[in-house]
Amino acid sequence: MSVVDRQEWDVVVVGAGGAGLRAAIEARERGARTAVICKSLFGKAHTVMAEGGIAAAMANVNEHDDWRVHFRDTMRGGKFLNQWRMAELHAQEAPDRVWELETWGALFDRTKDGRISQRNFGGHEYPRLAHVGDRTGLELIRTLQQKIVALQQEDHRETGDYESRLKVFQECTVTRVLKTAPDSGSAAGNRVSGVFAYDRESGRFFVLEAPAVVIATGGIGKSFKVTSNSWEYTGDGHALALLAGAPLLNMEFVQFHPTGMVWPPSVKGILVTESVRGDGGVLRNSEGKRFMFDYVPDVFKEKYAQSEDEADRWYEDPDNNRRPPELLPRDEVARAINAEVKAGRGSPHGGVFLDVSTRMPAEVIKRRLPSMYHQFKELADVDITAEAMEVGPTCHYVMGGIAVDSDTAAARGVPGLYAAGEVAGGMHGSNRLGGNSLSDLLVFGRRAGWHAAEYAAGLAHERPAVDDVQVDAAAAEALRPFSAEVEEPTEAPPENPYTLHQELQQTMNDLVGIIRRESEMAQALKKLAELRVRARRAGVEGHRQFNPGWHLALDLRNMLLVSECVSRAALERTESRGGHTREDHPSMDRAWRNVNLLCRLTDPTGGLAATDPAHGQITLTRETTDPIRPDLLALFEKEELVKYLAEEELYE
Amino acid sequence: MSSYEARFKVWRGDAQGGDLEDFKVEVNDGEVVLDIIHRLQATQAPDLAVRWNCKAGKCGSCSAEINGRPRLMCMTRMSVFERDETITVTPLRAFPVVRDLVTDVGFNYQKAREIPSFVPPEGLGPGDYRMFQEDVDRPQEFRKCIECFLCQDTCHVVRDHEENKQAFAGPRFLMRVAELDMHPLDAAEETGLDRGRTAQDEHGLGYCNITKCCTEVCPEGIRITDNALIPLKERAVDRKYDPLVWLGNKIRRRS
Amino acid sequence: MATGTEPQPVSGGVRTGTRAAIDAPHLRTDRWWLAPAATAAGLLAFVVYSTWRAFADADYYAAPYVSPFYSPCLAERCEPMRAGPNWEIFGGWWGISPAIIILIFPLGFRLTCYYYRKAYYRGFWASPPACAVAEPHKKYTGETRFPLILQNIHRYFFYAAILVAGILTYDTVLAFRDEHYAWGHMGLGTLVFLVNIVLIWAYTLSCHSCRHIVGGKLRHFSKHPVRYRMWQWVGKLNARHMQLAWASLLSVALADFYVYLVASGVFDDPRFF
Repeated sequence: MSVVDRQEWDVVVVGAGGAGLRAAIEARERGARTAVICKSLFGKAHTVMAEGGIAAAMANVNEHDDWRVHFRDTMRGGKFLNQWRMAELHAQEAPDRVWELETWGALFDRTKDGRISQRNFGGHEYPRLAHVGDRTGLELIRTLQQKIVALQQEDHRETGDYESRLKVFQECTVTRVLKTAPDSGSAAGNRVSGVFAYDRESGRFFVLEAPAVVIATGGIGKSFKVTSNSWEYTGDGHALALLAGAPLLNMEFVQFHPTGMVWPPSVKGILVTESVRGDGGVLRNSEGKRFMFDYVPDVFKEKYAQSEDEADRWYEDPDNNRRPPELLPRDEVARAINAEVKAGRGSPHGGVFLDVSTRMPAEVIKRRLPSMYHQFKELADVDITAEAMEVGPTCHYVMGGIAVDSDTAAARGVPGLYAAGEVAGGMHGSNRLGGNSLSDLLVFGRRAGWHAAEYAAGLAHERPAVDDVQVDAAAAEALRPFSAEVEEPTEAPPENPYTLHQELQQTMNDLVGIIRRESEMAQALKKLAELRVRARRAGVEGHRQFNPGWHLALDLRNMLLVSECVSRAALERTESRGGHTREDHPSMDRAWRNVNLLCRLTDPTGGLAATDPAHGQITLTRETTDPIRPDLLALFEKEELVKYLAEEELYE
Repeated sequence: MSSYEARFKVWRGDAQGGDLEDFKVEVNDGEVVLDIIHRLQATQAPDLAVRWNCKAGKCGSCSAEINGRPRLMCMTRMSVFERDETITVTPLRAFPVVRDLVTDVGFNYQKAREIPSFVPPEGLGPGDYRMFQEDVDRPQEFRKCIECFLCQDTCHVVRDHEENKQAFAGPRFLMRVAELDMHPLDAAEETGLDRGRTAQDEHGLGYCNITKCCTEVCPEGIRITDNALIPLKERAVDRKYDPLVWLGNKIRRRS
Repeated sequence: MATGTEPQPVSGGVRTGTRAAIDAPHLRTDRWWLAPAATAAGLLAFVVYSTWRAFADADYYAAPYVSPFYSPCLAERCEPMRAGPNWEIFGGWWGISPAIIILIFPLGFRLTCYYYRKAYYRGFWASPPACAVAEPHKKYTGETRFPLILQNIHRYFFYAAILVAGILTYDTVLAFRDEHYAWGHMGLGTLVFLVNIVLIWAYTLSCHSCRHIVGGKLRHFSKHPVRYRMWQWVGKLNARHMQLAWASLLSVALADFYVYLVASGVFDDPRFF
């Protein structure tokens, strides 16, 4: 075997969303020959779904804003579990990353004096989100895409070939990060040496040899039934890192966006942007009550309005009024909606009402929320300028992810592996603020590209060799679904990958969803073990050319791995914090504040034989986080810190 | 909630050949064509090839032709069809087919590369850009484009004449030229690049006979013809054919 | 799939080469032929009517009304119209209907108009007959070469159309006289002329060339607030260019027909005052 096509690159970026493209641009500009691999067509990445904006303390709208305020908001939002150095870098560098986009052709909405306009968003003290109507993600991805084309045009002028230094392999999937052979000496062993991938269109395998690999594959939402995520979000990068020996961090924190569509069923989960609330939309239950006033937690009491009057005044005069509770961080709002529905005060289709129609004139709604207007009109036949939307929580984002070094975005324990964007953990702590994801992509995408290029340059004369054994094993693994019947002829017939996927989604949704219980999670782990066994028999029909059944069968491995990480970590963390809510441990526990949970593969050889639910494939370890640097702690009031930090942390 | 059984004809095959295949499939309230295609995949044709991503009309992946009209499958509600109607779904017919509903849209990526990129103005650093909303409104409309390539598919210039693909960039990419030409800070002119002129000379603007199918199919409602293509044609006229502009330039050059 | 798939330089349409193998030239199930057929019928009707009237060389003046087809009337053979738009620039050698001299301009304006182009390319030339319906032609070069490259002179015709509209406005003012040329009167014909001139102006100003000239060509609206406002205003009209094209086509034919009826004595112009 191993007669697969091979190419040499300096940096391989897996994923072509915001983080991947930003990393690729940076790596290429720093001189690395860079390849980008993505599962969809170039420019279709899930980043286009981001609506609200890019959080960056540019202070264009409110001059009091600066990175310290942004840092503070981010830490509060994440309930102080954030990798604080990341939050600091993020807040400091975000404005530069946004401004840089303008030099690449981005066109944000403007203020009166011609600067980038910024809008309010949940958890942000000042208007901070650079935006383009409600299609900011599209603008971001298009700008990065066009920057890549600009670089390719530059290369074409110099070398006659558009793809000589920067190439996008679209509609290709990476199934394994390759490393040097374990016996190739201590220094050279355990390094990244490339990736194994297949072309979705033709089904052909190929290997890209590269000393540095940046993982930027986004999230895991496709393991849940109600989700705002697309099919691509199967946790590929998380799984690739695990299989390569890197740990995942705090996987229990999954953000359920409070406002997803709930009807019709086929669009259940599709996002309703937070800007609806930022621009004046309010949440009401079936009794017509603005229920969010009842759900302001103690830690936020001083920061949010207590009456509807004050909340309404805030839109006009934010300096003298407190913000409406609809703009609490997402985890709070999602839980509140969940509680209202459970209490029987939900809307006809099991959500609550989100209303802009009584708050703004129809013209303003159409201008400020054009794609929401469009989305409800086309998909649900609801005119949001005339009636309220029905919304409910939907799985949106995973805060957990590959454990990385804050400054370099290097994955822990695997030299040459980098991660940025949603797939990387730490930045957002236990809960991400809206708008912080796009800035995260840019800040850490750039850092990942930068350090990957630097690392690759250092190995220019001793490129890590690809281990043929691993290539053969990867090829065999990828082909297994076609021979599922042959390998295990005696037992049950081959499993339908679509059925397995649906069962997995149902399991995660019901048992490890927005509100979690110990017994249910234990049950989920059992079910996952069962699915794991059945997934080995997932068989597919047809041939390798653009075969979605086969693609799904391969993605199942990743979803099962990641789902186990989420379930296991969620079972372990006996408190409620941010995107992790335990019914049996309903309050935040300061003792957990500085505890990270790390998931590692139980079988370090990367085999996936383990089917025992008690052990499974994942081993969990606890780790105490670095104390927050004193000058950063000093940005907060003591009274506030008391609510989060343990005694001993406070007096250090 | 009411459900019924719908009749579908879906094109299956590849570059070597293929045919419309009949299916009977369950349809529930509120579903869109893409839901039905997914149901076919999950229950009857697991290897049915189809592109899709966001399922909310934002990414432009699930372009196909439904009853002969180029549309996004995720934005075509089943309720627009009669229950006894047979619904035909085929791949985009202007591009080479790969498999089933998936086509090779490489043509578009090729054209994207041939349009010179944004030229940042000299002497303006990041953060120094000042633009006004009334000036960015026009290019912003074009930047709503989700690159579903339905306009490229429906445009008869290339749909009915493969040989024109060399010379004609298609509505999406002529619109890109217009977008950059209307960008308030694009400095192409300073580098000697006249975008209005290249639209006609290099990207085949003259092939467009403004029959507006691109505008008709655009799922984003961008007024491609009125706001991008015709203004580009008018800009080409400015350069080449307008008697007053010509005279004005003559006089100005003299004095 | 790599991003750089070269298009293959073969010829043909939806049924050829590497496209999905489907025999039908289109799979549309709606009545797609209705719009082009209606367009073609409407335009044809106007062509027939206007040809008859243009060559008739008679019944185009019934004081105080002059048919818009014959205004301005530029030959010696024109019927005398007191203070009317007849200037004998062409003198006595012009032997056929004087309408031909002037009709070139509005005709050219409409023929090169971006809306009418769409209408007749679809309706008459079937290029394409409707969206995603295969066109019958083997080759297509659009407006890249002679003669269709001449469509680019639309702007010349726009300038001319402004003049013509000016003269028709003058005619409308003249229509506020009675048949003895006394001012301050109004008849049904005056109303017909008023409606017609409003529609003519609306159509002329909603022209894409006009939209471009008043402001569309600018890069920075922020530096030209007045032209920006004009551009917005013309843009609003322009969104209705198609409707205005049909309405003004109908109104100009009606205005002419009205003059014909009065001039040929079918009935007398009802006077209001």
